[in-house]
Amino acid sequence: MRMTTRQALEVLARHRGERIVITTMTAVGIWPELSDTELDFAYLPSSMGQAPALGLGLALAQPQRGVIVVNGDGSLLMNLGCLVTLAAHPAEVFLVVLDNGQYEVTGGQPHVGAGLVDYVGLSSAAGFRRVYSFDGEQDWSAGCVEALNGPGPVFIHLLVESRFGQKTPAAPRPMVEQIARLRHRLCLDG
Amino acid sequence: MLDGRDVVVALKAAGVSHVVWLPDSYLGQWDAALSGPEGLPLIRVCREGEAIAIAGGLLLGGQWPIVLLQCTGLFEAGDALRNIVHDLKLPLFLLVGARGWKQSQHNRSLGRPAADTCAVFLEDIVRAWRIGYTWLTESSSATDLATLYRQQARLAKQAHCVLVPE
Repeated sequence: MRMTTRQALEVLARHRGERIVITTMTAVGIWPELSDTELDFAYLPSSMGQAPALGLGLALAQPQRGVIVVNGDGSLLMNLGCLVTLAAHPAEVFLVVLDNGQYEVTGGQPHVGAGLVDYVGLSSAAGFRRVYSFDGEQDWSAGCVEALNGPGPVFIHLLVESRFGQKTPAAPRPMVEQIARLRHRLCLDG
Repeated sequence: MLDGRDVVVALKAAGVSHVVWLPDSYLGQWDAALSGPEGLPLIRVCREGEAIAIAGGLLLGGQWPIVLLQCTGLFEAGDALRNIVHDLKLPLFLLVGARGWKQSQHNRSLGRPAADTCAVFLEDIVRAWRIGYTWLTESSSATDLATLYRQQARLAKQAHCVLVPE
């Protein structure tokens, strides 16, 4: 049985350790209820599709830290080239893709290729050497520790339930405040 | 034309930490200098919006990247640019190859239409995104480029485009 997005994120929250977590879209609305530290960065307002690239830059800047990017399948499809870019630049980036086959934040319309796209195959072909896929909460709970440890980049595909009629998520605080919190935690000025 | 080795030396001296790029035929001539043993950490990307978002992540994490790309890529990357510069308010510094600019200026002097519509739209697009810009000229040096970087990105902490006529 497919897990819900919340279940998927609950598992991730238990195991993320001290890594930076960048959330996008639906996850932005749920994650603050699970974790709301200086290392949690709600990428909203966003440029849809660019969270993996933002995460790569952050991981290259903070190589000892590790960055988890929680992305949607629709967002990934907007910028599939990021798989090649991430795979080509060794960095501690963990790209988690929540696959529900839809644009949940706009009401639940299916995206092109819903149910047909092989994300594991795409990421492997792009050059990711560590690729995981989980379609149930128990499997994800059992495999999360392995997936989040060892060298990056890592691609983690999570099949989650579709949802319809959800409210558009809001970031827990203004972007300028989020950036200040994150930079404070990373001991950076200004 | 600026020499790639001079550009690398000047950018390093100005404190640039990374170059994120998708080269065009002009900027691409700096590849050997940038990627060689005396170069800078060079991040190659598939699409220009990615370059801007990666630079945004580097800036968030305390590094000082610059982005090199062609104007066509700048056009494509508008949403990433909007987000990094105006939502995240990060001091993005871009070096943009202006494809067809010289030929278009020549055509204009003869009363002919632009050879390439890149030249028609470039400045309007940069202004539309509310980013300051500076043109390099034939007499510009790598040191001038580095000075612009210091003034805009490091001191003023504001986004800036340097346009390179091609």
